[in-house]
Amino acid sequence: MKIAVCVKQVPDTWAEKTLRPEDSTLDREAPDGVLNELDEYAVEEALQIAEAHGGEVTVVSMGPARAAETVRKALSMGADAGIHVQDDALHGSDAIATSAVLAAALEGKGFDLIIFGSESTDARMSVIPAMVAERLGIAQLTFAQRVSVSGSDVTIERVTDYGFDTITASMPAVVSVVEKINEPRYPSFKGIMAAKKKPVETLGVSELGLDVAAVGQAAAWSAVEDFAARPPKPAGTIVADEGEGGARIASYLTEQKFI
Amino acid sequence: MAPVLVLAEHDAANGAVKKVTLELLTLARRLGEPVAVWFGAGSGDALELLGQYGASTVYVADGSGVTDHPVVPMVDVLAALVADVSPAAVLVPSSADGKEVAGRLAVRTGSGVITDAVDIDASGVATQSVFGGSTVVHSKVTSGTPIYTVRSNSVAPEAAPTTCTAQPVSVEVSDVAKKATVTDRTVASKGGRPELTEAAVVVSGGRGVGGPEGFSVIEKLADSLGAAVGASRAATDAGWYPHQYQVGQTGKTVSPQLYIANGISGAIQHRAGMQTSKVVVVVNKDAEAPIFELADFGVVGDLFEVVPQLTDEIEKRAN
Ligand SMILES: Cc1cc2nc3c(=O)[nH]c(=O)nc-3n(C[C@H](O)[C@H](O)[C@H](O)COP(=O)(O)OP(=O)(O)OC[C@H]3O[C@@H](n4cnc5c(N)ncnc54)[C@H](O)[C@@H]3O)c2cc1C
Ligand SMILES: Cc1cc2nc3c(=O)[nH]c(=O)nc-3n(C[C@H](O)[C@H](O)[C@H](O)COP(=O)(O)OP(=O)(O)OC[C@H]3O[C@@H](n4cnc5c(N)ncnc54)[C@H](O)[C@@H]3O)c2cc1C
Repeated sequence: MKIAVCVKQVPDTWAEKTLRPEDSTLDREAPDGVLNELDEYAVEEALQIAEAHGGEVTVVSMGPARAAETVRKALSMGADAGIHVQDDALHGSDAIATSAVLAAALEGKGFDLIIFGSESTDARMSVIPAMVAERLGIAQLTFAQRVSVSGSDVTIERVTDYGFDTITASMPAVVSVVEKINEPRYPSFKGIMAAKKKPVETLGVSELGLDVAAVGQAAAWSAVEDFAARPPKPAGTIVADEGEGGARIASYLTEQKFI
Repeated sequence: MAPVLVLAEHDAANGAVKKVTLELLTLARRLGEPVAVWFGAGSGDALELLGQYGASTVYVADGSGVTDHPVVPMVDVLAALVADVSPAAVLVPSSADGKEVAGRLAVRTGSGVITDAVDIDASGVATQSVFGGSTVVHSKVTSGTPIYTVRSNSVAPEAAPTTCTAQPVSVEVSDVAKKATVTDRTVASKGGRPELTEAAVVVSGGRGVGGPEGFSVIEKLADSLGAAVGASRAATDAGWYPHQYQVGQTGKTVSPQLYIANGISGAIQHRAGMQTSKVVVVVNKDAEAPIFELADFGVVGDLFEVVPQLTDEIEKRAN
């Protein structure tokens, strides 16, 4: 089986995230970049499926030069090869362009499964997996808390508002996973060493057959007009419970007209 | 006035119109003439309510096609409507389905998409609250038919009564939609509480609740306030409360008037789902818990002492 996992480098989960005043794009230089948390679960799921059914796992990432660290991280967990789409023209791409680039990088390589995280921690749009499925014209099995592969079919449990839906499709398919699905492994020392020798192909936009004028901030179909930091919330009132904590909250809620 | 398509979300089980739909109709009126799009069997009650909030027409797309396959049939119907009626914009709720519908529709119709808008003005400029609410962004779609997903509880629904007529639309499920099939739906018990993402008040419990029995304390407080119950991942993972009540990055995003966090430490992934709540009340026995940074009012104490007392007080004051 051929499995691709799409991973994004994002600012460290705990880092304060800011937009750059000059062009309203996310400041990706200041904080440490890490593998998007949910994508660790995507990598883990890909590795488990490959271990159970045989196959090869390719990591695909679009991002600036330092996103190479993120590709290596996924390789050190056990993935076999990487594709890093890196091009200055991509800076400021919207979801439309991002999905086009990922689809171009994935197309025609014979992947049976293309696995994503269900959401990035920076932009949090939760749209890229669906948009890539739309572009590739293949089945979309997203928000999976469970994935099982049997023959040429893949079945997932999609988390819903009311519980979950069981959804099945023939491969190839796009899958996205939620964090309930597994427990991602830590890269071992051996894995880290091995990752250094694994092949990573670095591609530019034109090498994917796309027009550089169709990606990046200038080509985006949505634009930021302006932004501002929200004034920090004034510190609240914190009291220690001395037997009347519940009553004090009730008084506060009465004041605020909730009761 | 150009029509504005609104995906009318409703309860899968009983067909009740969700509040977010009325919020979307309210926003849509700023941009043009709101027209609802309904997936499933319509009902007289729904028709009346949609009319109450200004929808002159509701396109009803019914048939097994829309329920047998996830997400894509809705895109098929909306894309056909976009071509037919040339709407000024398309508004969908920021649910998992809604975002995916929006993303695919954007690709298919050659349009820009903005997710998680909390407001839209008459010129189509959307407000997004990003990075856990620390930054407010104004953005605009610059190409195609603007597609927005809107977070629930972002605006107050305003009535604008009109007569709503239902117009059936044919559902032509595309081949790509048929590639994935829903074989089973598992509905976890729901209880009589308001829905988490729509509730004006949410009362949540975390690891500090100590076990499944502990949640009865949380539920009693919730019921005294007519609130929904939420939980942290620590609580849902331990099996103390069902997964669909998880609040946070990989659970629900809530934005209620009042959020009461009990025995929750305030991990960044939890905050991601509740940080835009208007008023936050915290009960936690550890004064250092990061959740206190978000509190408008906090009590450092044992939730098993504080919460039952609060519930009693509320019941007393209500009588
Ligand atoms: C605060 C903020 C708000 C934004 N709002 C909008 C908006 O409203 N409209 C818009 O069009 N663009 C918007 N963007 C731009 C958008 O973030 C990028 O296009 C981004 O690459 C895709 O969005 P996401 O990270 O939210 O993806 P999601 O859909 O949340 O990501 C889901 C999964 O897709 C995969 N994935 C995502 N990006 C990559 C990548 N670069 N390489 C490999 N895999 C990837 C990962 O598996 C990830 O887990 C915004 C950006 C920021 C920082
Ligand atoms: C990819 C990923 C996604 C995640 N998504 C989510 C998500 O969507 N939602 C989410 O919530 N978490 C999420 N998490 C988990 C998150 O990081 C935290 O582990 C989780 O939120 C902790 O839950 P908690 O606050 O209930 O537990 P803890 O952090 O253990 O906190 C328990 C708190 O209860 C207090 N306490 C204990 N006993 C009492 C008592 N008797 N009275 C009063 N206070 C008491 C303690 O002082 C402590 O502050 C995610 C993590 C990852 C890696």
